[in-house]
Amino acid sequence: MSKKVETLESVVIRFAGDSGDGMQLTGTQFTETTALAGNDVATFPDYPAEIRAPAGTVAGVSGFQIHFSSLEVFTPGDAPDVLVAMNAAALKVNLPDVKKGGTLIVNTAGFDKRNLEKAGLTKSPLEDGSLSAYRVVAVDVTALTMKAVEGTKLGRKYAERSKNFWALGLVYWMFTRPLDHTIEWINAKFAKKSPDVAEANIAALKAGHIFGENAEVFAHSFVVPPAAIPPGRYKNLSGNEGVALGMVAASQLSGLDLFLGTYPITPASDILHHLAALRHFGVTTFQAEDEIAGVTSAIGAAYGGALAATTTSGPGLALKGEGLGLAVILELPLLVVDVQRGGPSTGLPTKTEQADLLQALFGRHGESPIPVLAPATPADCFWVTLEAARIAVKYMTPVLILSDGYLANGVEPFKIPDVADLPKIPVSFRTDPNGFFPYERDENLARPWALPGTPGLEHRIGGLEKHQKTGAISYDGENHEAMVETREAKVQKVAESYAPTEVHGDTSGELLFLGWGSTFGSIRQAVRTLRVQGHEVGHVHLRNLNPLPNDLAAIMKRYKKVIVPELNLGQLAFLLRGKLLADVVSHTKVQGKPFYESELLEAAAPYLEKKNELTAGSRAHGSERADA
Amino acid sequence: MSSLPVLAHTDPSALTRKDFVPSAEVKWCPGCVDYSILNQVQKLLPTLGIPRENFAFISGIGCSSRFPYYMETFGLHSIHGRAPAIATGLKLARPDLDVWVVTGDGDSLAIGGNHFMHALRRNVGLKILLFNNRIYGLTKGQYSPTSEIGKVTKSAPMGSIDYPIDPVSFALGSGATFIARAMGNDGPQLYDVLTRASQHKGTALVEIFTNCVIFNDGAFDQYTENKAEQQLRMVHGEPLRFGKDGSKGIAIDSHGRPTIVAGDAPNVLIHDEQSDALSFLLARLNPPEFPMSFGVFRAVNRPAYEQLAGDQIAYAKSKKKADLQALLGSGETWEVK
Repeated sequence: MSKKVETLESVVIRFAGDSGDGMQLTGTQFTETTALAGNDVATFPDYPAEIRAPAGTVAGVSGFQIHFSSLEVFTPGDAPDVLVAMNAAALKVNLPDVKKGGTLIVNTAGFDKRNLEKAGLTKSPLEDGSLSAYRVVAVDVTALTMKAVEGTKLGRKYAERSKNFWALGLVYWMFTRPLDHTIEWINAKFAKKSPDVAEANIAALKAGHIFGENAEVFAHSFVVPPAAIPPGRYKNLSGNEGVALGMVAASQLSGLDLFLGTYPITPASDILHHLAALRHFGVTTFQAEDEIAGVTSAIGAAYGGALAATTTSGPGLALKGEGLGLAVILELPLLVVDVQRGGPSTGLPTKTEQADLLQALFGRHGESPIPVLAPATPADCFWVTLEAARIAVKYMTPVLILSDGYLANGVEPFKIPDVADLPKIPVSFRTDPNGFFPYERDENLARPWALPGTPGLEHRIGGLEKHQKTGAISYDGENHEAMVETREAKVQKVAESYAPTEVHGDTSGELLFLGWGSTFGSIRQAVRTLRVQGHEVGHVHLRNLNPLPNDLAAIMKRYKKVIVPELNLGQLAFLLRGKLLADVVSHTKVQGKPFYESELLEAAAPYLEKKNELTAGSRAHGSERADA
Repeated sequence: MSSLPVLAHTDPSALTRKDFVPSAEVKWCPGCVDYSILNQVQKLLPTLGIPRENFAFISGIGCSSRFPYYMETFGLHSIHGRAPAIATGLKLARPDLDVWVVTGDGDSLAIGGNHFMHALRRNVGLKILLFNNRIYGLTKGQYSPTSEIGKVTKSAPMGSIDYPIDPVSFALGSGATFIARAMGNDGPQLYDVLTRASQHKGTALVEIFTNCVIFNDGAFDQYTENKAEQQLRMVHGEPLRFGKDGSKGIAIDSHGRPTIVAGDAPNVLIHDEQSDALSFLLARLNPPEFPMSFGVFRAVNRPAYEQLAGDQIAYAKSKKKADLQALLGSGETWEVK
């Protein structure tokens, strides 16, 4: 007996449980299966800061959210439609986010007295009527898993660990997803090493799926049809992996060997992990003794002719400040990646924030200009890294990339490019000793890259100010001013190489959303909703924070108001006011979480003419007008 | 696949000292021992059979760190304490270069202690010349990490209460593979030690006692004025003797402590550059009870860091082709039509 199938446009689902419950794995499997089914997806993992928080406690809750749709998806979604909660703590932490009327799938075995106590609850929410606004599917997942794996040789303790697969199986049934991808994955992962584990996991997965089909709790299952995505071959890509691939691609396209000097720090360490596995591309990864050695070893490698990079998060960027000053005055190419997290200090190390913008621009001693770029999405991390490498070698300058925890760990489909179509990164080294001066400049104001080992080019450079022509040490005040101005002018010149700034939506009108970095998805989603409602709204998302695009001021003037949403206390707004004398509206949030679409709609409301009632997700009932 | 230019190198056999003397005027204080060190290095390099363009001198901050400006080679005068880290990056990227680090007692043991320690333990192929004058010269006379207890300086008018660190013991503790000490004003002694250092694979540390004529004048006079009594010359395989005509020797008593015996006593220790215990004992000999040790404390073979790093890359390349298209398309993929 097959049940009815209902078609939906978009669904947001969150898996939540104890950090030992395998929720990240469950979420990843669901994401892959969903992407294979042709939906557009965006994900957001959310895990505890503690390495091993006590099981069952609120501090130990780990979550993974997936937004999948038959339309283009820009964010992991605001409020989950479905929450899978493996214990009381997971329900307590995540319930406030769930859509009213949403579905809660709860594992009743995680709501015994001990679990309630650990979650700090006196009564079970399953029994006190507090969940009446939701559709609650209460199942003893643990017991049903044990029953499903009875035939296998696994001991009780191990068998119970398959319960995440049982839950995944149930959710696969809910959204009419096939099991074959996950079964293949389980076999590849466990069949050789521990066939018993593979057998148990597959049994649990199938049991969950069958439960959905047969149990009386679900009236029907749902289908989210494939999205209209540009044709091509895709894979899921996280921001950190995007940066790593971008670096390797830049290395191949420039012909420079990649050198990464870095010190482990959350949430940037995965870039190191990805690159450490790619030695066959001639990649050297150097796990330095500290952040300072991370950047200075990279400076040494750049001096030697490598495509050099260093990766970090906010506190590490502070430590690298002195080294970056050296890189600025040496005028050597260098990629610096700051995967921002909540600060100051250790702050919220596993949560996202955009509060390092001003540090990136100005957080050094002296006049120390550095081009700054920010990727908008996980897949964009790849493209921004390529662009940063192009700027670094063309202008002989360090370049800073501002990623963040949300991009770093978030995943989106990445259209695999054809290597032949990637932009080349031309590099030239000085080899002619005739008339060589280390600080003579080309038309881009870049100095020559003169490598040790080149006969006749023996010369000395360093942190001391140099004579603008000969490169010899100079303490002359006027020469210093000329050098300071030249270094600034060189960085400003980078803006001449930008493509015209892209304006999404209405190119003039009531309101311009001006954003940067990982807020892209939330803003784009909000702009889509507002335009469906008939508002004249545009969206400019800055990829280049320094220098700002030359055409930006003119674009901003075409709107009655410009709103700048940021996950900080208004750093880009501060910059725009200072640099462009622009009267922008700053909208900020610093909760370690991305913006919800609803928050942006609310922030925009005072600046819009009254049209329809503003609700998130209005797109579901109309289509956005074609871009002007 | 690196696109670094392939260049014909100059012939090193024709090099002379003059080729390493740049036109820049040397600006150390008159009478500074640094001149003597510079002279010995400029004498040594042309003998090594290495093209001039393959030398790179990396320094930090301090009087000693001006050194690269006075060498007609590639040079990078960097920031305080970071020279070993910069040099590590350079050597990893360019193992073909002969990389020298010039540093001082403040640069390497105060602000740069961490980088110094890690360069030593990793055994990066660097020659590190540590000019130890036991004072801060460039900032005009504060005590340094190697200043003796009780030293009166502008920053310690009542005398320093910081116990001094011994660079040789520090290097031994860090697992350095080559450690030597020389008097900066003793040309032949310094030249010998530098020659040994230049031949070492891995990190070679040479501590050089450098008298600061302005802020710490006479700090090392005792080793010059009464050389025979105050200097213990370590020679691998030879008895550890000092005094007039080798009349005294170093031995170990029944408690394992060093003791002075007659030069011809049967228990005089034989120097062994590969003995951990002996190297440490010699590092801890201090006046006034004992002479100060000079020469090579320790020289052992351990693979250089850049060698290990290069081997991993070469092995990885032999196992797997570097195919960017395949890398971009790796993992689970799907086709959208």
